[in-house]
Amino acid sequence: MAERETKPDPKGKSLPASDDGPGAAGWIAKSDFQSFLDRLVALGYRTIGPTLIQGAIGYDEIRQVDDLPKGWTEHQSAGSYRLVRRDDDAWFGFNLGPHSWKRYLFPPQQTVAKAIKRDDGWQLDDVEDAEPPFAFLGVRACELAAILVQDRVFLNEHHSDPIYRRRRENALLIAVNCTQAAETCFCTSMGTGPRCVVAFDLALTETELGFTVEIGSPRGASVLAGLPIREAAPAECAEAASARQQAEDQISKRLDTTDIRELLLGNLDHPQWDDVAERCLSCTNCTMVCPTCFCHSVEEVSDLDGGQVDRVRQWDSCFNARFSYMNGGLVRGDVRSRYRQWLTHKLAGWIDQFDTSGCVGCGRCITWCPVGIDLTAEVAAIREVPK
Amino acid sequence: MPAKPRLAVVKFASCDGCQLSLLSLEDELLRLAGKIEVAYFLEATSRIEPGPYDVVLVEGSITTADDATRIQQLRRAAKYLITIGACATAGGIQALKNWADSEEYLRAVYARPDYIRTLATSTAIADHVAVDFELRGCPINKHQLLEVLRSLLAGCQPRTPTYSVCVECKRRGSVCVMVAHGTPCLGPVTQAGCGAICPAYDRGCYGCFGPSDQPNLVPLTDHLRSIGMTPEQVVNSLRGFSGYAGEFRRESERLVESIGTIATGVGAAAVEPDVADSSGEWGDGQPGGDPK
Ligand code: SF4
Ligand code: SF4
Ligand code: SF4
Ligand code: SF4
Ligand code: SF4
Repeated sequence: MAERETKPDPKGKSLPASDDGPGAAGWIAKSDFQSFLDRLVALGYRTIGPTLIQGAIGYDEIRQVDDLPKGWTEHQSAGSYRLVRRDDDAWFGFNLGPHSWKRYLFPPQQTVAKAIKRDDGWQLDDVEDAEPPFAFLGVRACELAAILVQDRVFLNEHHSDPIYRRRRENALLIAVNCTQAAETCFCTSMGTGPRCVVAFDLALTETELGFTVEIGSPRGASVLAGLPIREAAPAECAEAASARQQAEDQISKRLDTTDIRELLLGNLDHPQWDDVAERCLSCTNCTMVCPTCFCHSVEEVSDLDGGQVDRVRQWDSCFNARFSYMNGGLVRGDVRSRYRQWLTHKLAGWIDQFDTSGCVGCGRCITWCPVGIDLTAEVAAIREVPK
Repeated sequence: MPAKPRLAVVKFASCDGCQLSLLSLEDELLRLAGKIEVAYFLEATSRIEPGPYDVVLVEGSITTADDATRIQQLRRAAKYLITIGACATAGGIQALKNWADSEEYLRAVYARPDYIRTLATSTAIADHVAVDFELRGCPINKHQLLEVLRSLLAGCQPRTPTYSVCVECKRRGSVCVMVAHGTPCLGPVTQAGCGAICPAYDRGCYGCFGPSDQPNLVPLTDHLRSIGMTPEQVVNSLRGFSGYAGEFRRESERLVESIGTIATGVGAAAVEPDVADSSGEWGDGQPGGDPK
């Protein structure tokens, strides 16, 4: 089995595709999978994976194989998500829910520092993050790409966020290749999927009776030591390959990214911005579910006696009017300017800022927009009638 | 603010629920009591001390001529006047009478309507006097109340968000009930502050915190109609606990105008719409049900 290094890579360079062709992959039976989960616990990991939450497949702590959403899938379209029964018992027979790994690496709300009043003045200290290492089970290709994008935001040469860094470096990424695609998926347009090729420690492909296992890092290999894993048989590799092909074949949504930076920045007065402003609730859902959006605000919260002040960081959004408040007023005082900010930042500004698109094609913003606004349709409309 | 500011908690037309939020601040109450002199708070103590007061928390709406006079006196006695709850900030659920025939209500409810003296409307405190700060919600959130009192003591601006309930809903990690269950939700146009309680229990937000900052009502009401609500149901859902507040009121009145007259008086249809999608296996009308 080949091994590759998958330390956070600030440049996010693509590593060569791994191969689970005959002889290159391992295989673990579903009946042995509990021993894998137990191993993760024994190694001190807190395993987070897909599970049923409030009528959707979200991410939460996984201890037993029965915590996985066996036999469930989802139907997604713009503004709509429905959990549905599959006609088989697949364990990972779905794509994405409302949660992303961002909530674990960059938590929605966290106290980052504390100031305590002493006789000789204030003492400000960072708050140590006490979270045990995470094992993320079921990371999809587009989500691996999203983690690499957030690495550029939180771990670049100018700024390194201590909480993100610690969680990211400790996290074990167990990817799962998609074997189907949702109507909202467009990873192929963004070059991020559906095949997991970079940044994982282990990558699984589900077959009827088990999983093929590719190793992406020494850490991934060491986790497997002693588990009932054997070399995958040619028939198992073929079954896995055809399952992955099915995902690729099902992707129907496209985003034409040709000169997209110039297209958007050259059309800041396009009438489509007015059109979308009539439909957009400025509710922030798209940014909250987006696995790459990183906007946050920091507040100082004092206790009743004024003797201690907590510095709290929480997810915020460019769709909140006050997010653009500067001395004297709002910079983006209407929905038009806020939607335009989101789309032009995501698809154009990020290229200047982080040398990558801010979009990995996961489609979450399309599904979880309460009124079903689809960024690919907005871009297409802007492309259709050039200025 | 003096070393130990004098606090009054005063009620108008309301249910007392918001005042109780102060008493339910169990952990902080004793520390608060050491910093504030409670001069008037009938829900907690029968001891009454005359004004002036440094801080007056006002619960309830104005529904009688006497109350319209009383709030003027109170304003003169108050250094800071803070309204708490949907009744005080928007007129409350009783503001439904603003769209109805008050006389008809009296005849329907009271055996001797001639004993009752009431105004034809229920209005927010800010419609009568200047208000220094308002806390929304039915009831208010006790953490927000503590934030306001703490800020007053510290002499700084309280931090209460003006963005939508969706922000808190997503931070909390709840699944969107509108997208995943087809349950109507006013969260996208409602001001945060409650911690997005209702969607966490598989219920749509019914807008008790009133309109958020710059809400875009029309696309939401269009959407609610597209997922199966009748125009009447949309109007009734906007006319809830904060129904008479700014944008909620204007949108419900716009809808009424566009569809003609609508039954909102005595005995109008229940506000709670039930159009949960039943196409998905989960969406079988069992909120909170576990599909496993
Ligand atoms: S966008 Fe691609 S990688 Fe992501 S879930 Fe869909 S098919 Fe899988
Ligand atoms: S912009 Fe939308 S499709 Fe792109 S990564 Fe974010 S949520 Fe996914
Ligand atoms: S695009 Fe959709 S999800 Fe995003 S702010 Fe507008 S209405 Fe909300
Ligand atoms: S459930 Fe309601 S409040 Fe929560 S995200 Fe959906 S629309 Fe917003
Ligand atoms: S979710 Fe909406 S209705 Fe429920 S408490 Fe919050 S603001 Fe009020």
